[in-house]
Amino acid sequence: MRLLPIFFCGLGLAACSAPEDPRARGRLVLEYWEKWTGYEGDAIAAVVEDFNNSQERIFVRRLTVSKMDQKLILATSGRNPPDVAGLWNTYLPAYVENNALLPLDRLAAEASIGEEDYIPVFWEMCRHRGHLWALPTTPSVAALHWNKKIFREAGLDPDQPPRTLAELERFNEKITRKNPDGTLDRIGHMPQEPGWWMRDFNRWFGGKVWDGESRLLLDSEPNRRFFAWLETYPRRFGGPAMYRLRGGFGNFASPENPFFTGKVAMVMHGVWLNNFIRNYAPPDFEYGAAAFPADEENPSDPVSVAEADILVIPAGSRHPREAMEFIRYVQSQAAMEKLCLLMKKFTPLREVSPGFLENHPHPYLGVFLELARSPRTAPILNIPSFNEYSNDIETNVNEVLRGALTGEEGRTRLSERQQKALQDKLARWQRVAGIREAAWRRELDEAP
Amino acid sequence: MSPGESTRLRQGLGFILPWLVGFLFFSLYPLLASLWFSLCDYSVLASPVFIGTKNFTDMATDPVFWQALRNTLAFAFAAIPLGTSLAIGLAILLNQPVRGRGFFRTVFFLPSLVPVISLAILWQWILNGQMGLLNTLLHYPLEWVGHWLGTPCPPPDWLNDPHFALWGLVFTGLWGTGHAMVIYLAGLQEIPAELYEAAELDGTNAWQRFRHVTLPMLSPVIFFNVIMGVIGTLQTFAVPFILTNGGDGPGRSLLFVATYIYQNAFSYWNMGYACSLALFLFLLIALITLWVVRIGEKRVHYAGR
Repeated sequence: MRLLPIFFCGLGLAACSAPEDPRARGRLVLEYWEKWTGYEGDAIAAVVEDFNNSQERIFVRRLTVSKMDQKLILATSGRNPPDVAGLWNTYLPAYVENNALLPLDRLAAEASIGEEDYIPVFWEMCRHRGHLWALPTTPSVAALHWNKKIFREAGLDPDQPPRTLAELERFNEKITRKNPDGTLDRIGHMPQEPGWWMRDFNRWFGGKVWDGESRLLLDSEPNRRFFAWLETYPRRFGGPAMYRLRGGFGNFASPENPFFTGKVAMVMHGVWLNNFIRNYAPPDFEYGAAAFPADEENPSDPVSVAEADILVIPAGSRHPREAMEFIRYVQSQAAMEKLCLLMKKFTPLREVSPGFLENHPHPYLGVFLELARSPRTAPILNIPSFNEYSNDIETNVNEVLRGALTGEEGRTRLSERQQKALQDKLARWQRVAGIREAAWRRELDEAP
Repeated sequence: MSPGESTRLRQGLGFILPWLVGFLFFSLYPLLASLWFSLCDYSVLASPVFIGTKNFTDMATDPVFWQALRNTLAFAFAAIPLGTSLAIGLAILLNQPVRGRGFFRTVFFLPSLVPVISLAILWQWILNGQMGLLNTLLHYPLEWVGHWLGTPCPPPDWLNDPHFALWGLVFTGLWGTGHAMVIYLAGLQEIPAELYEAAELDGTNAWQRFRHVTLPMLSPVIFFNVIMGVIGTLQTFAVPFILTNGGDGPGRSLLFVATYIYQNAFSYWNMGYACSLALFLFLLIALITLWVVRIGEKRVHYAGR
């Protein structure tokens, strides 16, 4: 019984929240959910801090939220969403079709934000079903990174990356080293490392996942070639041998990253990799970055896929106009460049200040800027059944790479199952399309 | 009803009211709601739309669901007998009058105190095909076997090979055997010594004493542990989820019904389908538990009866 008062005191203390920032007093407090932690989280915190110091009407309270894609939709369905949130662009269609976001067309127009301000691919990825739903923050495009030291060891020119996929595979054969027992000691390239763009890999074969309306295009010729290419890997390197080698790979953000340890010589990665190389790779690590080679002899323009963190206003946000004011601040050239510089990425804006380019630590920033502006760079897959598709392609591709399925079997299984998943999502959308469109029009007409 | 009885009734109701409210709002309502949602297309954000039995017909033709179900049943049928045998074996060994018995009991119980997350991460490394502890231990014996057979016998790539992944998970589950072992130990200590003395006087050997005295006397405890094991293993979620970094394992060999429910509810936003899967799992657990109870009625020996 004597412990009871202590227990209740503990409960009382636990109920007390952290002390409020004195600057929030008398201001409108804007709840902002953001997914990033670590140095990316610090970068966002710095921009939020700048915004809070730049005016005296709004105070942005940032909350770091893990599993944002799931928690934001649950908070929105519970009618208690934040005022503004940071998402990944891939989730946009699913969020839009589930009525989880506010359309931003009018608010953006009022803030004098328009298509002409952005590199086209980043503006494109913020639109869905004819409306604008988000604005980009930190972007990236995927590019080939190669280990120059290993190239030299294998007798290749360290300054000459492969220009075609066929050449990449020739390099791959030269670099790969096998142990006497048949296991792999090192591999030139394997599609599953890191495998983050598996659902978009068909872009390098000239393919698309779906027609943007209702049909998956996995039976198209480029997609067939993509799966046939995957099938060659277990034949050449041994499926179990590749996975055994991969089992020994360490975490991405660690010195045990297989690219840093020289276990894999060529990887597809985003603009962020340079920062991790500086933090985790050996001091004498030498690398290059270039467009990932496409499956064609003389590509007209480099091929890539682009992605971005985006800022959205969830449906039910209590202060949408103030949320837009914060978003507008982040979209200003100065704030955007500060954010992107701190995150070691490039900017999604068309205008780039000379200072940004001079101060940026990335030695290959130009490669990424060129890729972002390439007419053959597309947004990473955005399909209403995105999560189902991602899970299914990962399973099927891994089965093909393990040698358990042929390329054709993997492609057919994926296509059959995912066409149904897409149809279910589209049927759901068709039931509510009229109501949603009318609600969005009302929302835009009566924007606060 | 006398005034005293009425007062006692009110007091009794008052005492159980918090539980009753909790049951109504947090158990009964979600159960009934999921029953309704299982007949709807429901994305959580929009209102549920009645679609009849479509979720159930989809389930019948969904190969991923059937694979998850096969994995779940295979895991339960492998993990429960193995875990039970090991726990009983350890309990019998640790019930012997040997020096340092308390120390060994503590050592064998300790692993079951490891939180699930730590356990899964620990086993991720133990089962690593390239540099895991288990394969390091297996390396020389398998090399010898390979030499003897005249063909290489590499240790399995536990978490990357669909043929071994489920066994990797079964071994991970054995890590928590200490919990069941303690319950069996308590059960063993309840067996009267006179029964063993009488059996010895009848000229029985150790195996006969185990078969005809220990097992029947321990059967109520085994029955309890098996029922809990059935319910627990059929709902397996956390360890394979972490072991596969939130994935399904190689060739979906570590995808379980509970994981598939989670994916559909919170990742694919198919809450209606997830509810129909959950309802199926609920019925499956109820049926298997009933089956085990039926077997228990014939095989479990209660000394007091």
